[in-house]
Amino acid sequence: MKPFQKLDGLVAPMDRANVDTDAIIPKQFLKSIKRSGFGPNLFDEWRYRDVGQPGQDNSGRPLNPDFVLNQPRYKGAEILLTRDNFGCGSSREHAPWALEDFGFRVLIGPSFADIFFNNCFKNGLLPIKLAADEVDALFAQCHGSEGYRLCVDLQAQTITRPDGKVIAFDVDPFRRECLLNGWDDIGLTLRHADKIRDFEARRRIAQPWLFA
Amino acid sequence: MQAQTLYEKLWSSHVVHVEDDGTALIYIDRHLVHEVTSPQAFEGLKLAGRKPWRVDSIVATADHNTPTDHWEQGILDPVSRQQVETLDSNIREVGALAYFPFKNERQGIVHVIGPENGATLPGMTVVCGDSHTSTHGAFACLAHGIGTSEVEHVMATQCLLQKKSKTMLISVEGELGAGVTAKDIVLAIIGRIGTAGGTGYAMEFAGSAIRSLSMEGRMTICNMAIEAGARAGLVAVDDKTIDYLKDRPFSPKGETWDRAVEYWRTLHSDEGAQFDAVVELDAAKILPQVTWGTSPEMVAAIDGIVPDPALEADPVKREGMERALQYMGLKARTPIAEIPVDKVFIGSCTNSRIEDLRAAAEVARGRRKADNVKLVLVVPGSGLVKRQAEAEGLDKVFVAAGFEWREPGCSMCLAMNADRLEPGERCASTSNRNFEGRQGAGGRTHLVSPAMAAAAAIAGHFADVRTLA
Repeated sequence: MKPFQKLDGLVAPMDRANVDTDAIIPKQFLKSIKRSGFGPNLFDEWRYRDVGQPGQDNSGRPLNPDFVLNQPRYKGAEILLTRDNFGCGSSREHAPWALEDFGFRVLIGPSFADIFFNNCFKNGLLPIKLAADEVDALFAQCHGSEGYRLCVDLQAQTITRPDGKVIAFDVDPFRRECLLNGWDDIGLTLRHADKIRDFEARRRIAQPWLFA
Repeated sequence: MQAQTLYEKLWSSHVVHVEDDGTALIYIDRHLVHEVTSPQAFEGLKLAGRKPWRVDSIVATADHNTPTDHWEQGILDPVSRQQVETLDSNIREVGALAYFPFKNERQGIVHVIGPENGATLPGMTVVCGDSHTSTHGAFACLAHGIGTSEVEHVMATQCLLQKKSKTMLISVEGELGAGVTAKDIVLAIIGRIGTAGGTGYAMEFAGSAIRSLSMEGRMTICNMAIEAGARAGLVAVDDKTIDYLKDRPFSPKGETWDRAVEYWRTLHSDEGAQFDAVVELDAAKILPQVTWGTSPEMVAAIDGIVPDPALEADPVKREGMERALQYMGLKARTPIAEIPVDKVFIGSCTNSRIEDLRAAAEVARGRRKADNVKLVLVVPGSGLVKRQAEAEGLDKVFVAAGFEWREPGCSMCLAMNADRLEPGERCASTSNRNFEGRQGAGGRTHLVSPAMAAAAAIAGHFADVRTLA
């Protein structure tokens, strides 16, 4: 996994609640057996005026000019502001894959759906939960000033606004360490292989029907 | 000992290791695998030179991409076919406790075949790369959806990294009215607490109305816990749980069965156990439900109207409602019962079990679909459900009513196969998500129970199944 430490990045606002993973990456693109290449189809139904198909060349497709990420001022954005319950619905990890492939590294919102939140950390994507009024203020500043950037420091657990205000955020220490170092979860877990084997052996005796 | 909730019992019996910050390694007993979220995990294992930790925890099937008609032609879409063939070859290489491939008589939706084969048992941890894994919580399992990285993690280590959830008790007391079903209960719950109401919680469903439900009904409720934001739904073990599991192919037998049952009987929240949140609903007040918007929380009773965004004070919510009405092609204050439908879908991991098909058939019996309804798809959840329905003659009832009787699979719940809505088409659907484009780009989904879906097919618009003429 790509490590994440610090980012000074352009911010784009996704100003709607309950953005589901079907919207982030529609089902037809889930037929891929690869982990990469989902970026051009991120928010496909909102972003284009036609219906996209897997394997298609997306460069000539008609864009929806009203869609926020199609606006020139947000080109190259690496930080996405979101509203409540972002990433709800399907557990498809293709959603964080698509966000990451598009270029996002940080999501900032008042709440995220559980499975999506978890999937982000497995892919070098940092979702940050802030109080609703802090998020409102970021949306207002972002809408109001072109080229709006934020500086996100995972080590310090801070977001610094252009006006100098520093916002602290929480993140699980274990997830933070993994993300800072780009550690592979599986490798970490296998350090406990003996414990897993012991647990399994006890379970096999206590509940043999689970091992039939 | 301190009184424990069912969730706490399941959690503590699976913890292998705990990090300083409370992140735990929990042991996984059952890993359900399907073709969409597993190929990258198998590939990851291979690239790292890792072997699956315990192959006999895996039960696999192909369900999302499989067609529901003309099985003799195979899978026509080459991209879908490649995904299904990739699962075939991965399972051939790695192995599994059981694999029900495309066209197998026990193939079906992964959340239908687990329980019906006794591969889902009380006290288990169950995971699958699919958010509707919460379904299995109806058997007092700790069951939830995971991403593909976690699919790979479980294959490699038999464990999952987890933080303990908070607990929420949803108590539904009283008697359900005639024609009101498990689907109506869970839609009413989501309408009450919202789609993020359960975020961070494991949700236990209890109360006399839940106990009165069959296992099928309880699965419908737990299935949609995720639509209320909760990764896991739970129902305590009782006689119905045990009766359902007796003599299933992978259920324990003989003396082991007796030992298992003795343990399963302990899988309930203790008297006096404390929950972090409690929500109470009166079953008698729940009416048949119909969603009107693009989130499952946008729901009304059949005698209700489409709400007016102008009355919503919260600007983010108001804009969400306005956008939903525009997408759905609906005007505020339209009576729900006056909304016409173009298509009807009866199926999905929410409502494709035998009881669901019986409920739909009861409404359809001796009636015909309305002329304005272009298609009524009935898609059983598995080959076994299909066979049972045919043995009961339900297929004939559907066909006589002008409905189509199909082969099992996920079908138009998410439209990864050929079954889908065209832009602008409106569907009464027994599935679980009414998101934009879920059943096909531009399609408009209204979530209902199987009986209400059949009633809409007959009437040509949403209709109160309790008073259907």
